[in-house]
Amino acid sequence: MAIGLKKRRRVQLIIIACIFLLSASILIGFAFKDGIEFFRSPTQVLSEKINESEVFRIGGLVKEGTLIRNGDNVSFIVTDLVNDVPVIFNGILPDLFSEGTGMIATGTLNEGKFQAVEILAKHDENYMPKEVADALKEQGIFQD
Amino acid sequence: MLAEIGHFAVIVAFMVAIIQSVVPMIGAAKGYSGWMDAAAPAAIVQFLAILLAFTMLMIAFVTSDFSVKLVASNSHSLKPMLYKVSGVWGNHEGSMLLWILILAFYGALVSLFGRRLPLVLKARVLSVQAMIGVAFLAFLLFTSNPFERLPFPPIDGNDLNPLLQDPGLAFHPPFLYLGYVGLSMTFSFAVAALIQGSVDAAWARWVRPWALLAWITLTIGIALGSWWAYYELGWGGWWFWDPVENASFMPWLIAVALLHSAIVVEKRETLKSWTVLLAILGFSFSLIGTFIVRSGVITSVHAFANDPERGVFILVILIIAIGGALTLYAMRANSFRSNVVFSPVSRESGLILNNLLLVVSTIVVFVGTIWPLLAELVMGRKLSVGAPFFELAFTPFMIILALALPVGAILPWKRAQLSRSGKPLFGALILSISLGLLVWSLQTGGRMMAPIGLGLAGWVILGTLTDLIVRTRMLQLGFGAGLIRLCKLPRADWGKAFAHIGLGLTIFGIAAITAWESEDIRIAKLGERFEVSGYIFQFDDIKKINGKNYTADVGNISAFFDGKLVATLKPEKRFYPVQRMPTTEAGINSTLARDLYIALGDAHGDGWTIRTYVKPFAVWIWIGCMVMAMGGVLSMTDRRLRIASTSRLKNLS
Repeated sequence: MAIGLKKRRRVQLIIIACIFLLSASILIGFAFKDGIEFFRSPTQVLSEKINESEVFRIGGLVKEGTLIRNGDNVSFIVTDLVNDVPVIFNGILPDLFSEGTGMIATGTLNEGKFQAVEILAKHDENYMPKEVADALKEQGIFQD
Repeated sequence: MLAEIGHFAVIVAFMVAIIQSVVPMIGAAKGYSGWMDAAAPAAIVQFLAILLAFTMLMIAFVTSDFSVKLVASNSHSLKPMLYKVSGVWGNHEGSMLLWILILAFYGALVSLFGRRLPLVLKARVLSVQAMIGVAFLAFLLFTSNPFERLPFPPIDGNDLNPLLQDPGLAFHPPFLYLGYVGLSMTFSFAVAALIQGSVDAAWARWVRPWALLAWITLTIGIALGSWWAYYELGWGGWWFWDPVENASFMPWLIAVALLHSAIVVEKRETLKSWTVLLAILGFSFSLIGTFIVRSGVITSVHAFANDPERGVFILVILIIAIGGALTLYAMRANSFRSNVVFSPVSRESGLILNNLLLVVSTIVVFVGTIWPLLAELVMGRKLSVGAPFFELAFTPFMIILALALPVGAILPWKRAQLSRSGKPLFGALILSISLGLLVWSLQTGGRMMAPIGLGLAGWVILGTLTDLIVRTRMLQLGFGAGLIRLCKLPRADWGKAFAHIGLGLTIFGIAAITAWESEDIRIAKLGERFEVSGYIFQFDDIKKINGKNYTADVGNISAFFDGKLVATLKPEKRFYPVQRMPTTEAGINSTLARDLYIALGDAHGDGWTIRTYVKPFAVWIWIGCMVMAMGGVLSMTDRRLRIASTSRLKNLS
C-alpha cells in the first residue's frame, strides 16, 4: 500500500515538474522575442535590412572629431573604420565615454540614424568590449 | 623576500592539499584509521600555509612594494589604506588567492569543530574539499601567480581601478566568496555521502549550517554589490541582469532551495537524493559563475580581463568537478531510499513546490545567461539577452513562489487540510488583496506592477505574521500568554519568520521603485530651480575639491518639499589622475519613504547636466536583504543544529 502511494506521489511530482519546465520553455520562447538584442557592427547595419522597431546593439569606435553635445542631446558617429553610422543619444554619457574609444549602444535604427536609449559603460580604461574587438578584427584593423 | 615566502607557502599548501585529498580517501576505503586521522591536521596546515601566503601579499600591498607585479599594476602609494587592503582582492590573482584562502578556512573549520563527526565521513569530506583545493591551487600556481616579481620596479603603481575604490565594493568580494566557497562545503558533504551511500537526519543537520552560512554571506555580498551599482554607476539602477550578476544569483537561488530541502531531510528523512543533487548543483553554479567572471567568454561590464588560457583551465576544473559528482550521483542516488509518505497537501509538498519553482527559475536565468555564448558558438551570431527577457520569463515563477509561500509555511507536516490549516490566512489574504486594490485605485498610471507587487509583499509579510500568531496560539490563550510563547519559539522559527518577512520587504521595494520612480535629465545653470515629482531642487553651487588621490567637482543641490528644505545633495564627479579616469558619485538622500538621487554629468558652458531621480521606498530593497540575512543568522544559532549534531551522529558511521 505504502509503496503504491509512493509511486503515485512520484508520478504526480514528475507531472508537476514537467508542467513547470514546459511553461518555463514557453515563457523563455516568448521572452526571447523581446529580450534578445542582436549585436551589429556599422558594416552589418548598412548591409542588413533592419526593421525600424527592432532594438539592437551597435558597437564600434567613436569617430574622432564627431562628438557633438548640444544640451543633453548628444550625437556622434560610430565606426568600424570601414563604415560609419550616426548615433543620437539623449542622456548622460558614461564616465569613460570619449572619442577614439570603443563603445556599445542599445537602441533602434531610424532613417539611417541610430537612436540610442542606453550607452554601455565600461568599467576600465583598457577594456575593449569583446564584440567591438571582434568586429574590428573582422575588418582587419584591430589585433590583440 | 616576502613575496618569495608567499609563493613558497602556496607551493607547500599545494603539496599538503594533494596529500590531504589522497591519504584520507584511501584510509576511509580501507578502514585505516591512522590514514583518516591525517585529514584534520592536514586541513589546518593547508589553511595556515595559505594564510601565510595571503598575509605576505597583504604586506606587499600595504607597504606598496612595487617590485611585485600585482602591486605595481593594482596599487598606488597615495591610495587610502582601506583600498590598499581591498586592492589585494581587487584583481584576478589576488581574488583567486582569497577564494582559496576561504576554501581552506572552511576545511580547517570542519577539522576544528567537527570532532563529533564520524571519522569516515570527516575524512571523506576533507578529502573532497582538498581535491577542490588542489585544482584551484594549481590554477593559481600555473596561470595566475600573484607573487610574480618585476625586474625593474616602477617608482609608483598603476592604481586600483577607481570604480573599485569604494567601501561597498571593498567588502563585496569577501562576502561573495564566503558564499560561493561555502557551497563547496555542502558539495563535499554531498560527495562524501554518495561515496558512503547513506544520508540521514544527522547528515542534513551537518549540511544545513553550511548551506545557511553560504546563503547568508551570498545574500550580503549580492546586496552590497547591488547597492554599490546603485550609487556608483550613476544610472540609478540596482540590478542589471548582467551575466556576472546572474553568476552570483544562480548559486543563491539554489542555496535557497537547498536550505529548504535540507529541512525535509532533517525532519522527515525524505527527499534525500534530491537534497544531495541540490548540494552538487549549488557548487556547480558557483564554478560556472567563476568561469563566466574570469574567462571573459560572455561580455559583461564587470568581467576581469579576458584570458582564454585561464578560461580553459577553469572549464576543465568545472567539467571534472560537475561531471564527476553527477556521475557518482547517477551511480549511487538510488541507494537513498525512504519509505516516508506524505499527502499532496502538507509541509513536505509545500517545500517541494518551493524547490521546483526555485530550480526552474534558476534554469531560466541560466538559459538567459549562457544564450549569448551558445548563439555565438552555434549560429555565429552575436547577441545579448537583456532585462526584458528576465522580467518576462523569471518574474512569473517568483510570483507563484510568493503566492504559495505563506500557505506552504503554515501547513503541518505529513498530512493537512487546506481548508483547516489555511483558514487563519484568510485575514492576511483579504488584507493584501485590499492593499493591492487600494494601490490600483490610487495610482493614475495603468501599470499593474505596483498593485501586484504590493499585494504580494503584503501577503508574504502578513502571512508570515499570521503563522507566528497561530504557532503561539495567541488568539486562544490571550495576548500575554501568546507573547511568552512567542519568546520561547526556537531560533529556527524566528529565522524562518525573518527570512520570509525580508523577502516580502524586498518585493515591496522592487515593486515600488519599478512602478513609481520618476526621472529627470536636464542642463541646469547655477541657481536654477526645477521640480521632480513634487520636490523642488535648487542648484546652489559647484566646487572643486582635492581628495587624497583624486580631484572632484562637487555640486550642492538643495531639495525642498512643501517649501521646506528636506535635504542637501552633494553629487560628485571625480577624476583619478593616475588612471586618468573619471567616476560618478551620486548624491543620495535616503529616508524610509523615498530616495532623492542626483548624478552629475558634464559641464556645458555655464550649465551642468544633472540627472535626478525620486525613488519611492528604494531603501527597502536592501533592508529586506539584511532582514533575510538576519533570519539566516538566527536560524544558524538555533541550539538544535548544534546539540543534535553531537548526540545523533554516533550511529552514522
